[in-house]
Amino acid sequence: MNYQFDFAAILDYLPLLGRGIVFTLALTAFGAVLGIAIGIVGSVCRAWKLKPFNYVFAVYVEAIRNTPFLVQLFFIFFGLPGLGIKLEDWQAASLTMVINLGAYCTEIIRSGVQATPRGQIEAAQALAMTRSQIFRKVVLRPALQKVWPAIASQVVIVMLGSSVCSQIGAEELTFAAGFISSRNFRSLETYFTVAALYLLLAIVLRHLLTLYGQRFIVGRPR
Amino acid sequence: MADEFSLWDIARNLGFALQWTVILAIVAFVLGGITGLIVLFARISSNRLLRNLAKAWISVFQGTPLLMQLFIIFFGFPNLGIEVPAWLAAAVGLTCFTSAFLAEIWRGCVESIPKGQWEASASLAMTWFEQMRHVVLPQAFRISIPPTVGFAVQVVKATSVTSIIGFTELTKTGVVLANATFLPFQVFAFVAAGYFLLCYPLSAYARMLERKFNVAGTH
Repeated sequence: MNYQFDFAAILDYLPLLGRGIVFTLALTAFGAVLGIAIGIVGSVCRAWKLKPFNYVFAVYVEAIRNTPFLVQLFFIFFGLPGLGIKLEDWQAASLTMVINLGAYCTEIIRSGVQATPRGQIEAAQALAMTRSQIFRKVVLRPALQKVWPAIASQVVIVMLGSSVCSQIGAEELTFAAGFISSRNFRSLETYFTVAALYLLLAIVLRHLLTLYGQRFIVGRPR
Repeated sequence: MADEFSLWDIARNLGFALQWTVILAIVAFVLGGITGLIVLFARISSNRLLRNLAKAWISVFQGTPLLMQLFIIFFGFPNLGIEVPAWLAAAVGLTCFTSAFLAEIWRGCVESIPKGQWEASASLAMTWFEQMRHVVLPQAFRISIPPTVGFAVQVVKATSVTSIIGFTELTKTGVVLANATFLPFQVFAFVAAGYFLLCYPLSAYARMLERKFNVAGTH
């Protein structure tokens, strides 16, 4: 085994990798923001048994959580045109990210919402808080604070999972890797480098989400 | 040609491919479980080098996409002169992936055993091995079952990624059939249903176990 590693072969393609990283992060950010929004709506419907939405969300959550991301992606990109819904690769990728993360966030946030003690809601009512005040300040905020670590790790998992979006031609980081290795024939170095980039992204994203997310987005748990 | 494929033909072919998904998932889960156990013992050992190696193993395989791991094995290793067939790359990649997650899940279970249990067994002059064997692991094993069953769902879903390196399981067969029949909507709906059929009972079982153990734990 006398293979000469040549990581310099990747240097020419740095801008391409940079664009790939930006695409991957944009997908993740889009998926995270809308996914958490769906999660909030869904978890409230589920936790407070708002008919018929609680059943709709129950089916949605089970359907998404028990099928692979790749199949969801293929269904949306290759399958939906059969119904006349034609999406570009990046649209299909973004939509799948949102739908996938939305299901997980519904389940995660629901556990937080359900953990709100009944007495706190009653206490808030006794203080003459309005329904929306109670929801925002007594139910949602503490729930998000409680489950934020779980949301953060799910976002990281989905960020890594987005690598399969290259398969429909979305030009994210893995797509860049495939392109580069087909040009420089240095697949080992290229994939090692890109795997290292993903590792770096995962570590940085997790730190940012747990540190700043807890400080600026949901506030510190009390 | 296209209309020679009935929906029944599609379902039958996918059903056949489902077997390979199941086989791959079982292989990955069993081998990943064994490897995960080794990583777990390294992770909780008193040897600093072993601990750090296990930490690195876990963070590398949890922090990189499974697809990249498969690409390195399948496309990268041939550069070193090691030709790896798709099924082997799939099995090895999934085993490493599974081992990292299981080791981390099980570490949480071992660490959730109260310190008093360690101290009590130490005061009975048990060695580290005896403490593990008779006190910590039996209790940790009990609480590890629901999350482990839950993770089996992730393993089944992860096998779909191996279709990308050409392992002919459910998703790959779906892609081939969609191209052959021009019925991608129906084919991928069937493929999704196939995974759902495998995963839903597992998730439901995991949920049931969790409820059962939670009730048992609250006396």
